Amino acid sequence: MRNFYLIFKKELKSYFASPIAYVVITMFLILTGYFFYNSFALFSTISFQATVNPMLAKQVGLLNLTESVVRPLFGNISVILLLMVPLLTMRLFSEEKKSGTIELLLTYPVTDMQVLLGKFLSCMAVFAIMIVLTALYPVLLIVFGQPETGPILTGYIGLFFVGASFVSLGIFASSLTENQIIAATVAFGLLLLFWMISFSASLAGQTFGDILSYISITTHFEGFAKGVVDTEDIVYYLLFITLFLFLTLRILESKKWRG
Amino acid sequence: MIEVEGLTKYYGNYHALKGVTFSVAKGEILGFLGPNGAGKTTTMRILTCFFPATSGKARVAGFDVFEEPLEVRKRIGYVPENVPLYKDITVEDYLEFAAGIKGVGRRDVKNAVTKVMDECVLTDVAYKFIGELSKGYRQRVGLAQALVNDPEVLILDEPTIGLDPRQIIEIRKLIRNLAGRRTIILSTHILPEVSMTCQRVVIINEGKVIAVDTPQNLTAKVQGASRFLVKIDGPSQDVMKELRAINGVERVTRRDEYGNNGVGEYVVEAIKDRDIKRNIAPVIVNKGWALLELRPQEMSLEDIFVKLVTKE
Repeated sequence: MRNFYLIFKKELKSYFASPIAYVVITMFLILTGYFFYNSFALFSTISFQATVNPMLAKQVGLLNLTESVVRPLFGNISVILLLMVPLLTMRLFSEEKKSGTIELLLTYPVTDMQVLLGKFLSCMAVFAIMIVLTALYPVLLIVFGQPETGPILTGYIGLFFVGASFVSLGIFASSLTENQIIAATVAFGLLLLFWMISFSASLAGQTFGDILSYISITTHFEGFAKGVVDTEDIVYYLLFITLFLFLTLRILESKKWRG
Repeated sequence: MIEVEGLTKYYGNYHALKGVTFSVAKGEILGFLGPNGAGKTTTMRILTCFFPATSGKARVAGFDVFEEPLEVRKRIGYVPENVPLYKDITVEDYLEFAAGIKGVGRRDVKNAVTKVMDECVLTDVAYKFIGELSKGYRQRVGLAQALVNDPEVLILDEPTIGLDPRQIIEIRKLIRNLAGRRTIILSTHILPEVSMTCQRVVIINEGKVIAVDTPQNLTAKVQGASRFLVKIDGPSQDVMKELRAINGVERVTRRDEYGNNGVGEYVVEAIKDRDIKRNIAPVIVNKGWALLELRPQEMSLEDIFVKLVTKE
């Protein structure tokens, strides 16, 4: 437990001693802020026009903050995370492999599991800071309007699971190579594939199509953004996270039998 | 303290270790000597439980490296070759991390770190990032992290590589000061290092141990007879004749670095176990030649090394 905490603390310090965490968090906030501003500004313009133009009001139909701002916001944040998380995870094992520090780390009296969990949770901590900072957007909504708080909360729960899944896959990619760019590329590529795999569901047969849309990360996030917490989705994310952490552990162990 | 028995290691098809066997007693400094690629680092990585051997047994401080790696790791301090350290963390933070992770009690961490920084002369750079340090300081940080939990066994892979001569002397002094309570294995391909710091030498080449002995014994064994270098100002032919005539001399050869202007250097080899020290000078003085130099020529570890390695 103590070893795990020490690794966690050291990794977190490394994130903030180098510019990585600051740059990633800043770019993330600029992008999400831009998307938030766009949908919020569009919403207020349309609402304003709808108050003076009943015809338009009929055309746009149901007009509320949750549907027009909160849901797209969470969708956008999750896409931007897809771009940003590989940049946070790429260094976790690759850098240690390249600089050779892994040799010292793995000859300390620690288990592979402690190392992995320390690194995973330190990355989750940086991720949590990123996500907490976006709370400014819903706060602004609450100040200037009356959004439903339920979907905002479930949206954040969903983001947490999505983020943890991204991080676990990112760490796995990082454990494969000593090159950080390859680690980021593999993580990004695999995540994008998991994201879009449901696109081909309609082309595949009934059963295969169902499978494809089930393994897609997107399908399971939609519920959360709408305000629905489905245990099926939670189980999906937990399985996803466990699978990739497990695979990473196997990769770490493989040095024992690889020539 | 360390027992290694028949270690072999394959990297794919490459046979890196071919049955390495040796042991190190408690409190001993063992030099691990061999050319690059001989298997020094591989052996050390097996001893530190970084990866297991293909076959063979190794025990450190009474624990098997394969069965109980965590127990072994608690008892060793390891400085890998080129000292890989985290660059984006300060010296003090890093040592506190190392101390904690190597099992120093929560309350003793501060003390242990202060002590080890004092020992390795790092107090001045405690708040600097490791990435900013010079090679000499980084080497000492590497040593400090190995020592911080006061381990019984120290394993140092090429501890003086890439240092300037002054730093090399400092590190060697530091290593000698560490001896006594600790058992130390030190690998190197620099020979004087071994004769200066180690009590016993294991010479390894192409994955096999080819000699285990003290530096002195190794010299005696390989050298056989004693040799002297004599520099004389006199006619070359006569000098050679007179030297050969001395009782106990096996062979005299001239090293013709001076041409034929009178001064010449000669190597006089004695018959095995015969002492000719006292007999050389009087002969030359009696002939009225000038004796410019007379010194015993010991085989350096370099010579021994080359001899052993090429004998294979």
